[in-house]
Amino acid sequence: MDEATRTLIDALVADARESTADLARQTGLDEAAVAEALAELEESGALRGYTAIVDWDELDEEHISAVVEVNVELDRETDYDDVARRIAESPAVDSLRLMSGDYDFAVHVSGSSMGDVSRFVSEEVAPLPAVTKTVTHYVMETYKERGMRFTDGDDDDRLSVTP
Amino acid sequence: MSGDERPDGGTEGTTDAPSDGVRTDGSRFAPADRVASVAPSGIREFFEVAESRDDVISLGVGEPDFTAPWPARSAAVDSLERGRTSYTANRGTEELRRAIAGRVTRYGQSYDPDEEILVTTGASEAVDLAFRAFVNPGDTVALPTPTYVSYEPGVRFAGGEPLPVRTRHEDDWALTTDALSEAGVDEADVLVLCYPNNPTGATMDADEMDAVAAFCREHDLLVIADEIYAALTYDGDHESVATRPGMRERTVVINGFSKAYAMTGLRLGYAMGPPEAVAAMTKVHQYTMLSAPTTAQHAALAALDRCDEDVERMRREYDRRRRYVVARLSELGLAVAEPGGAFYAFPRVADVAPDGDARAFATELLEAEGVAAVPGTAFGEGGRGHIRISYATGMDDLKEAMARLERFLS
Repeated sequence: MDEATRTLIDALVADARESTADLARQTGLDEAAVAEALAELEESGALRGYTAIVDWDELDEEHISAVVEVNVELDRETDYDDVARRIAESPAVDSLRLMSGDYDFAVHVSGSSMGDVSRFVSEEVAPLPAVTKTVTHYVMETYKERGMRFTDGDDDDRLSVTP
Repeated sequence: MSGDERPDGGTEGTTDAPSDGVRTDGSRFAPADRVASVAPSGIREFFEVAESRDDVISLGVGEPDFTAPWPARSAAVDSLERGRTSYTANRGTEELRRAIAGRVTRYGQSYDPDEEILVTTGASEAVDLAFRAFVNPGDTVALPTPTYVSYEPGVRFAGGEPLPVRTRHEDDWALTTDALSEAGVDEADVLVLCYPNNPTGATMDADEMDAVAAFCREHDLLVIADEIYAALTYDGDHESVATRPGMRERTVVINGFSKAYAMTGLRLGYAMGPPEAVAAMTKVHQYTMLSAPTTAQHAALAALDRCDEDVERMRREYDRRRRYVVARLSELGLAVAEPGGAFYAFPRVADVAPDGDARAFATELLEAEGVAAVPGTAFGEGGRGHIRISYATGMDDLKEAMARLERFLS
């Protein structure tokens, strides 16, 4: 990856709403080149999307999220990808990862109630033939999400003018 | 100096017999001449105005906006928990000196941790030690201008005579041998170099540094190279004057942890040079500082061992901001030399400032739009007509500051 592309990605990870003009300023590319680079990154699947980081606690809206650990037993007809494809189908699944260690999949799910999440586990995950065990952990508090801190107290305590 | 004649011809005063040693307000504390000879800080009034308002976006900060990397902070905490609260060796802990020696090889520098490295309380102390160790009263110390604010007072406190050497926007603020000759540096005793430079962000390329090194050899100058921003270069490798032929034996290199590791408040730096140079500086250090802060030395060791990725992350972010700020300033019609290092841009505002005065420009910008930038003359006469913009500030604030600057200029 060239330096400008790397910088482009850094800029988008920091703020996906950067305008093309500001991306051009930060990368040293012109705007047309930025648009082209973005199109290429999207086309190749390196940039999968641009989404918001929401602190649901600040909204008047019920929002429950959980991490579900899923253990599976594979057979000749079923591999991890097959199981993952089934689990990922559900709109309740925010992220799905295959893990090393005591369990196989870490599934981040969210819904508007604990019932939603429980239903997802009992109706969409547990019945899968390959699944041998699930453990559901409800999220109690979110402090940081995708690099963004949810806590206050980030004040700049530097002196405002120094040599 | 009881009873002795003072350099200005006065005699020591007493409280009931006012003389030159007593201020007109009756205080006994008339500053010593070498202290009185130093002008008050050129940024103080900006600081006061900026601090008094809560809507100010400051582009006037000379330190990183990041927090020190966690491994460094945790090592500091750990050292306290283990009760490491005594002095260290005058020169700093052996582990830290070894780690420093290993680190600076990436700049082509090679120093023996036993005899050629001194750990100091910030690079600032190292600068002061170098002046006190090597400047005799009346010695001429050449200082490129514009440059960091501490050198001139440091030279005066040591009894030396500062000799300004102009660097120019047209040369991208690099130091040239023409400028050295013009200023009469061939007759000077010491030359201070600060590259990457505060306030211009200038770096020296290999050829420019070769030429300056040749000048220093030819005229037998001692060089104090403040390389505190060495880790923050964007367009090429850091070039150190000390790595040029015949320069190691006449150069004290100063570096530290403040800028690269965002550890300003931990106050830790170091000086490197031939054994006799470090011995002389250590002599002053041992009687004034004894040793650099122990807690900070533990943090610094962790910084060297485990924080390369943090530094690279910060460097990349500075680089993005650098490009953004330079692009915006250029769009606004302000001439700015591409800064190759540190975290400053130094645009010319003379063409748009009242009477070409950058200080008036900075004052009005602060009052009208709540954007604080430091007028170039705070860094010496060479900074006339320019302002220093620090991009050690988050991208959102930089964008807002540039929008305000645009409004101010229109």
